[in-house]
Amino acid sequence: MADAVAADISVQSIPALLARNVKRYGGYPAYREKEFGIWQSWTWAEAAEEIRSMAMGFLSLGVERGDHVAIIGRNRPMHYWSMVAAQMCGAVPVPLYQDAAAEEMAYVMEHCGARFVVCGDQEQVDKIVEIEDRIHAIKHVMYTDKRGMRKYDHSRMNALEDVVAEGRAGHYRYEEEINKRIAELDYDSTCVMLYTSGTTGKPKGVVLSNRNIIETAKNSSEFDKLGHNDEVLAYLPMAWVGDFIFSVGQAMWTGFTVNCPESAETMMTDLREIGPTYFFAPPRVFEGQLTNVMIRMEDAGKFKKKLFDKYMEVARKVGPRILDGENVSFGERLSYALGNMFILGPLKNTLGFTNIRVGYTAGEAIGPEIFDFYRSLGINLKQLYGQTEASVFITQQPDGQVRSDTVGVPSPGVEVKIGDNGEVYYRSPGTFVEYYKNPESTASTKDAEGWVATGDAGFFEEGSGHLRIIDRAKDVGKMADGRLFAPKYVENKLKFYPNILEAVVFGADRDRCTAFINIDLNAVGNWAERNNIAYASYQELAGHPRVYDMIKSHIDEVNRSVAEDPMLSGCQIHRFLILHKELDADDGEMTRTRKVRRNIVAEKYADLIGALYDGREEIYTETEVTYEDGRKGSIKATLRIADAIVAPEKRMAAE
Amino acid sequence: MNDMSEGYVTADGRKIGGTLMEMKNITLKFGGVTAIQDISFDIRDGEIRAIIGPNGAGKSSMLNVISGFYIPTEGSVYFKGVKRGPMKPYQVAQLGIARTFQNIALFDGMSVLDNIMTGRLTLMKSGLLSQAMWWGGASKEEDEHREKVEKIIDFLEIQSIRKTPVGRLPYGLKKRVELARALAAEPKILLLDEPMAGMNVEEKEDMCRFILDVNDEFGTTIALIEHDMGVVMDLSDRVVVMDYGKKIGDGTPDEVRNNQDVIDAYLGVSHD
Repeated sequence: MADAVAADISVQSIPALLARNVKRYGGYPAYREKEFGIWQSWTWAEAAEEIRSMAMGFLSLGVERGDHVAIIGRNRPMHYWSMVAAQMCGAVPVPLYQDAAAEEMAYVMEHCGARFVVCGDQEQVDKIVEIEDRIHAIKHVMYTDKRGMRKYDHSRMNALEDVVAEGRAGHYRYEEEINKRIAELDYDSTCVMLYTSGTTGKPKGVVLSNRNIIETAKNSSEFDKLGHNDEVLAYLPMAWVGDFIFSVGQAMWTGFTVNCPESAETMMTDLREIGPTYFFAPPRVFEGQLTNVMIRMEDAGKFKKKLFDKYMEVARKVGPRILDGENVSFGERLSYALGNMFILGPLKNTLGFTNIRVGYTAGEAIGPEIFDFYRSLGINLKQLYGQTEASVFITQQPDGQVRSDTVGVPSPGVEVKIGDNGEVYYRSPGTFVEYYKNPESTASTKDAEGWVATGDAGFFEEGSGHLRIIDRAKDVGKMADGRLFAPKYVENKLKFYPNILEAVVFGADRDRCTAFINIDLNAVGNWAERNNIAYASYQELAGHPRVYDMIKSHIDEVNRSVAEDPMLSGCQIHRFLILHKELDADDGEMTRTRKVRRNIVAEKYADLIGALYDGREEIYTETEVTYEDGRKGSIKATLRIADAIVAPEKRMAAE
Repeated sequence: MNDMSEGYVTADGRKIGGTLMEMKNITLKFGGVTAIQDISFDIRDGEIRAIIGPNGAGKSSMLNVISGFYIPTEGSVYFKGVKRGPMKPYQVAQLGIARTFQNIALFDGMSVLDNIMTGRLTLMKSGLLSQAMWWGGASKEEDEHREKVEKIIDFLEIQSIRKTPVGRLPYGLKKRVELARALAAEPKILLLDEPMAGMNVEEKEDMCRFILDVNDEFGTTIALIEHDMGVVMDLSDRVVVMDYGKKIGDGTPDEVRNNQDVIDAYLGVSHD
């Protein structure tokens, strides 16, 4: 790749990379999408032609330099193309979360002043129509799926494919203008604007330049030796920075193939059919798959189950060591190879992981046993640590140095330092330009020398040089007696149990810690079925005494393990309750990327927290819920509060 | 009665064509029981026509008369202006009439895809032998049919269950598969027997949207029986109301809603 880098100094924008790819990989597949049951594919040359026509179509609609083009839809080639087409016009693509309610969308649309909107389907168009009266900037709406759109007022609306056709038909008129605009793009022009999910407050528009995206894509692709033969499955929200880096940045840099699933529900089938070589998933996807495998193995015949257990045992012992390139005896290798033939290989195939060369997980901590499970199968699953403001990469794990409790070493080109209060700072070519129309936030996040505060507390491990993240810096607090309170640390330990979906730990400025638990309906429901426990609803299952006993045993175990860390032993959970509903993004309790919004939960369930501390045995509560279509309802429940066993603390000598 | 040749324009601006099917003075008797008594009404090209009424009013019997499954004791059915005689089921299908059933009638052991493919049986031209031998035009023909079926799968958003055996599906999805199979026959007129029965609110909303979309996208004429009044009033262009085998109302949802006989039939009236 070295010669490629030298030759590409002139390539300073995504459209320029696209032109380079046409020359270099013209006949290789660039995009695939499953439609009508068949994988349709476009080569780099074909995709480039489509994108160019689309860009000229945008010109015909009057897209100006500096305009914002909002894109709301699922992962489809057309949507990725519309981002690049917008760039060609000198406009800024702004992908949005498609499951956001109209109200959330209105804020972002107003903030960026988008004049053009690309919608995936009728559902998204309806949201735009709903907010259009208030947001006058919107000039034209385009949609990908024509279904149900016949009756709409089309004076300011078009199917995207018609816009492409328009551009193609008028190419004599627009060719000169589009070439001029593409030539104007350089490393400093804006590549994309992404809104952060906003764990606190209103979402902020992160402006990322071509330099940010291309440099990051280059460094990270070289780190993992990605090439044009690699395959990825694009299934994560397009509004998320990771998807932009993987499906646009790295795809454009290396020329690999981006595969789009048929629909969100078919993702698992599509994964199996494509067999990607490079795969990213948040921990919950890996957890979900593992849970499914285990549930199905419980139902399998005795012989199969025995074989599975035997070879999983071998895999657990040998697999990770082979991956890390350690010395493994011939006998162990032989037995692993047999297992691979009979059990592990077919299992990987079922999961769609046969071809994986590099797999990443990030966003949340992943349970060690989940992590080890995939690694023992021979899947090179690694962790990375990043955020939108860094164009994803801050640290990542090199091949052969993978562990479940660290997030790796600084990525190439990234400098990392730890502040006095334990907060992690970084500086890199990927560091964002600014928050759009928000200089105060920009100044408070990024200092004059370019160091950015992550908001996470962590430390470098001695010896390995790997970074370990404890918690959000602002969430790391003190308990009433001055001991360290790191809720996420404990919550993650709890969430490693398949039965626990979410946990929220309280204890800042209190004398002891307590917790809310969300059970995982899949895992607990299956357990209930096997143990002949009848239940009619989530609420009833969550309140079942035997479920309480089971969760209590998990918490007791966590308490024992927390007690072993002298710094954090104060975080043991004294009392807990199991919530009667799942925490939900529609109710504002979580972000769209499913991170718990601690303050909102604490506010909304203040009565329950009160009960956790005043020694009551049970409490009656009513909770307002919002359905997907925006209607509201309420759930009434009487919740039981249970005590957990607290292990003796190993307190630090100094305290 | 209404003028036969001309259409009308609905409230939401769709143009409805002339008469597609006409029932003239239909009476249906089972021995001593009169299920339908002297009913006349028409179904026009491109409209959504509902038949409603309390339990036992004779709605399903009426649908069976329309589909040609029952032969009326008196009166006759005209299709595109031609009087229809007794017919075999395949002849009905060839006329362009497809239906779904109140109690789902799918092949449980077969996949969703295969079930929908059966809907295209009457449209297949290659013979049994060449299909069995995968010989001659059979393979090419199957590709064409598969393409049509895939478009319907995409339309009804059931891609994720394409290869799932129907027996393993929940009720709401089975209903949707049944609609898909009926659509696969590319019908001129689609008869739906209680398409929303036993569904929850969300499934009903989905089904409503699909019915409207089918009508809108393919221009299929739809005749449906439904209990849920809210659904009927939202969905249909014109409504026939039946009670004890007689027609007691016919018109737009608003007209029917204000019809005193209809109100009496649904809310009851004191007989003294």
